[in-house]
Amino acid sequence: MSPPDGEVVVDARGSRCPVPVIETARAAREHPGGTVLRVLSTDPATALDLPAWCRMRGHDLLDVQRGEDDDLVVRVRLR
Amino acid sequence: MHWDAAQVAPLHPAAREALLAALDDGWADPERLHQEGRRARMLLDGARAAVADVLGARAEEVAFTGSHSLAVHAAVLGTLAGRQRVGPRLVHSAVEHSAVLACASWHRDRGGEAAAVPVGAQARVDTDAFAAEVARPGTALAALQSANGEVGTHQPVEEVLVACRAAGVPLLVDAAASAGQEPLPAHDLLVADPRAWGAPPGVGVLVVRAGVRWRSPWPEDPAVPPDRPGTPGGAGVPQVLAAAVGLQAVLAEREAADRRRREVVALLRDRVPVLCPDVEVVGDPDDRLPHVLTFSCLFADGETLLAELDAAGFAVGSGSACTASTLEPSHVLAAMGALTHGNVRVGLPSTTDAATLREQAEQFLVELPAALARVRDRLGTSGL
Repeated sequence: MSPPDGEVVVDARGSRCPVPVIETARAAREHPGGTVLRVLSTDPATALDLPAWCRMRGHDLLDVQRGEDDDLVVRVRLR
Repeated sequence: MHWDAAQVAPLHPAAREALLAALDDGWADPERLHQEGRRARMLLDGARAAVADVLGARAEEVAFTGSHSLAVHAAVLGTLAGRQRVGPRLVHSAVEHSAVLACASWHRDRGGEAAAVPVGAQARVDTDAFAAEVARPGTALAALQSANGEVGTHQPVEEVLVACRAAGVPLLVDAAASAGQEPLPAHDLLVADPRAWGAPPGVGVLVVRAGVRWRSPWPEDPAVPPDRPGTPGGAGVPQVLAAAVGLQAVLAEREAADRRRREVVALLRDRVPVLCPDVEVVGDPDDRLPHVLTFSCLFADGETLLAELDAAGFAVGSGSACTASTLEPSHVLAAMGALTHGNVRVGLPSTTDAATLREQAEQFLVELPAALARVRDRLGTSGL
């Protein structure tokens, strides 16, 4: 699955909480505001913790979906 | 320091003493007519009368089960069975005790219906939404906790009870988090967990008010008539006596315990987010239990944080997934939309005196930021 143009993929599949959120925060530090991060995760807590992280950091949560193989796909637009 | 007393408090000295005495005097089968049996019967009846008195119930409305989970199962499944003709629906909040949720899914698997009413960001259920679910036809039972034991928020039990009465639906109040700590709300059925007030494990309290149609969901037990609420085998007389004595003891000390614990919870609530960056305190700030405080720490894992605090002398609880036997984080934090990782739940015991509790709090406010910094350093997350 190739991401749409302009989206930065954070592949945290196989990691457990809080690693997916930490990986996302690291990616957020390296990219300018307006960038859309596409986070892939197999950890069920990610569906709850990424929205909470967005709320705490002021980023826009675009959507939380189930992708291929039931993996979570969370899209975030950096502020 | 045992700061994990939200669900299981350290054994209260009065409960311990009663348990030991009752092992000598109350070991016999209370159904027997000989002296030993009659003595056990007397202790059991006395304990039942004492608990009924505290709850404002009649003795025959109170039963003892082998555990809190079993009391929940008896209350939910017994009322659904007894009111089968009314319909198959169970209504409950999304943040009920896992035993209520387990009953709901058990009920659904057997052709029943269950509706979980969502909660807001403070874990409080919306009264109107709950009332609307209760008013739907076919509702046999509604279940709502007095307060949420994980995050401390009170539920609007009084208002929900009014709605239940209007719909003719009995309300089960799970008072596990507040029994022994706070006055109990009115109810049609009530369950309570004596471990929360420092009684030994092995006993649960089940109250079914007269007029609630209840039928045993279990095979018949000669000691428990099928229409008389209870669970097969009942509970051990020594545990029951210890539960009753413990309840009376904590109630005698309740107001002072309430004051000193609210004071320390308020202190922690103010200071923790100042001393620890990126920490969110969860649960209602005011309308809450006196002894519970819960917060989540960004970029920290609950398991390591708990281990660090334990090494520093503080036993606390957590709703994070990595501290549970499953991959799933706490259903309460999930329903609130709170951060689920790095979760810490403090439950202050009622028996620690004011000066000691304040000293412990000062020490906690030193140990927690240090423990959190160590966990975050190890994960390399400072500055994120």
